[in-house]
Amino acid sequence: MTVATDEIPLDQPARDALAELLLTVADDEFVIGFWDSEWTGIAPMLEEDVATSSIAQDEIGHARALYEVLATLTDDDADRIAFGRDMDGYRHAAMLNHARGDWAFSVARRWLYETADAVRLTALARSTHEPLAQLAGKMRREETYHRMHADAWLRRLADGPPDVQARFAESLAALWPDAQEVFAPLAGDEELQRHGLLPEPMRALHATWQAEVRPVLAPIVGDLPTIAPTTDGRTRRTGDFRWLHGQFTLVSGSEVGATW
Amino acid sequence: MVSIVGAATRNERVWAALAEIPDPEIPAISVVDLGVIGDVSVTEELVHVELLPTFVGCPAIDVMRQQIGKRLTELGVADRVEVKVSFATPWTSERISAAGRERLRLSGFAPPVISAVDGLEELAVLPIAECPYCGSRSTTLDNPFGPTLCRAIYHCANCRQPFEQFKRI
Repeated sequence: MTVATDEIPLDQPARDALAELLLTVADDEFVIGFWDSEWTGIAPMLEEDVATSSIAQDEIGHARALYEVLATLTDDDADRIAFGRDMDGYRHAAMLNHARGDWAFSVARRWLYETADAVRLTALARSTHEPLAQLAGKMRREETYHRMHADAWLRRLADGPPDVQARFAESLAALWPDAQEVFAPLAGDEELQRHGLLPEPMRALHATWQAEVRPVLAPIVGDLPTIAPTTDGRTRRTGDFRWLHGQFTLVSGSEVGATW
Repeated sequence: MVSIVGAATRNERVWAALAEIPDPEIPAISVVDLGVIGDVSVTEELVHVELLPTFVGCPAIDVMRQQIGKRLTELGVADRVEVKVSFATPWTSERISAAGRERLRLSGFAPPVISAVDGLEELAVLPIAECPYCGSRSTTLDNPFGPTLCRAIYHCANCRQPFEQFKRI
């Protein structure tokens, strides 16, 4: 294997900015993966039990790989990062704080997340940090299947009977403000730009995403307000997430340092 | 001269050993035919194997890494064995060998569709799989997600059998 060793080593501010970026993307994938896994066994139909479980497994796998890139950068341990933080240490977007809700809510969140994630991954695949760019390139291929699935369900609920349409539109509108936070400004945004670690600023990615999703959402939910992502968009936490955090740290917390 | 011959032999022995390691999830196919082996370098000191996951979250990767490490250590061609997971070359379904595709089919899995188009979007409108039992293309996609990350579920209208396809990625 050839490893690029002629890279200019990053200075500390750039490393901190990259670590923050990696943590936000990894936490997003990790948390949505755990929420989706809640549907295993109780999705509206058997096909969806399989699909949602498979997608959840993909997302948690992506999170693991991203935590490993981060652990290499910060000389840490991926498992420690994933399971060893208290709930205030997570940096997922506010949209992912909420419990899975009903099926309409889960589909709405998945579609909003998949579309936002696709915009972000396209940028990450051009990152100057090779391990991140390579991983993002691979993840994009898998996410194509997630997008197909999310698009199919969006159409199915949007074209459903009036009560289905209403519940779906309600979920989309309720999630809309927190969905912007996938593009919440990062403390290290300028450093990331300077080194090409994230080739476009978060506000540009936010604009790209808006231009893509608004025309699709308008016929379903009407005009949605323009909301700028906020600086605490990745630090606000809810009771729902407290519960989920308790769930996913239950095994690792019961015997710290155990292996099998 | 002796050392060059030695190196060539070591390299062949490593590849022969790898060709005997089965995929933990579909044991009919070896890790070599599956195309998950990337660069391999062999010296007296070190055997280095690059492992390319089919899917990023594939839980079989750790098992593969252990099996490859164990087998190559037993082979004793070098002082040290190193198996590294890498995304530098993304695994795509085109990496499955012709022999591997045939073995998949014989064990009841449709091999992934080979398409001239680089992109996955066309799958949304025209998902094709050839039934591994009767060869018919009168098949329908039941679910693009299956029992493992890399498999999709189809149904054959001709022989009326459900079957799985190794997903195109």
